[in-house]
Amino acid sequence: MTSPRTLTFLLMDAPYESSRSTTALRLIDTALRRGYNVNVFAYEGAVYLPFSKQAPHANAVHGRSVEEEDHPNPKDWIAALLAAAAARGVTLDWVQCGLCVDERGAAESIPGPRRGGPPDFFKFTQGSVNTLVIPTR
Amino acid sequence: MNRYLLIQASDAYECRSDHLRALANGLAGKHHVTLFLVQNGVQAARSAASPLRELVKAGVHVRADEFSLKERGIPADRLAPGITAAPLDLVIEELAAGAKALWF
Repeated sequence: MTSPRTLTFLLMDAPYESSRSTTALRLIDTALRRGYNVNVFAYEGAVYLPFSKQAPHANAVHGRSVEEEDHPNPKDWIAALLAAAAARGVTLDWVQCGLCVDERGAAESIPGPRRGGPPDFFKFTQGSVNTLVIPTR
Repeated sequence: MNRYLLIQASDAYECRSDHLRALANGLAGKHHVTLFLVQNGVQAARSAASPLRELVKAGVHVRADEFSLKERGIPADRLAPGITAAPLDLVIEELAAGAKALWF
């Protein structure tokens, strides 16, 4: 049985700022479902995507409680992607740029993502079939 | 012949799409070029007045993300001739095929 091939994505956008974050997670999900190992290097604001202190909120304008509003948090989507990878037998290796984490105070992440730096991104690209950089504006 | 994947995520007012079109035009004919429209980029795929028709004529494979079209209420039969809807899987397929990818 051949080993799964690997794709690498570099993300830069902080959550809630751009549709690019949603599209990036859709791409990661698609790659995992198709049996690829996926590397993610989260750079700059993207280190907030798996931030564990994200919390849903109510919607007072529309009179909805927290439960009724069911406001999604990206950290939950990323946790789901990590679980989906494990269930599929492929890997999702999520590396957070350490200096970006430090300067933003974003160290508290959900379980799974690990701290790293640009050398990790270089290693990712060397070990991947291809790499897609999703730049911020 | 190389493969190129150009991803346009912004509409014409958000990015210098003329630069993107010039790049795609320059590569077309000599290489396999796919222009994948996603997010607000799918706006450029609407109707016969689309500025992307010239790229279709030049041989660029112009595709619009099905999900982004649905989000914006753009039916597949309102796309400019030669532009078709495609799932996001196409991006993964092109990456796996070794396409050089650029995101705009």
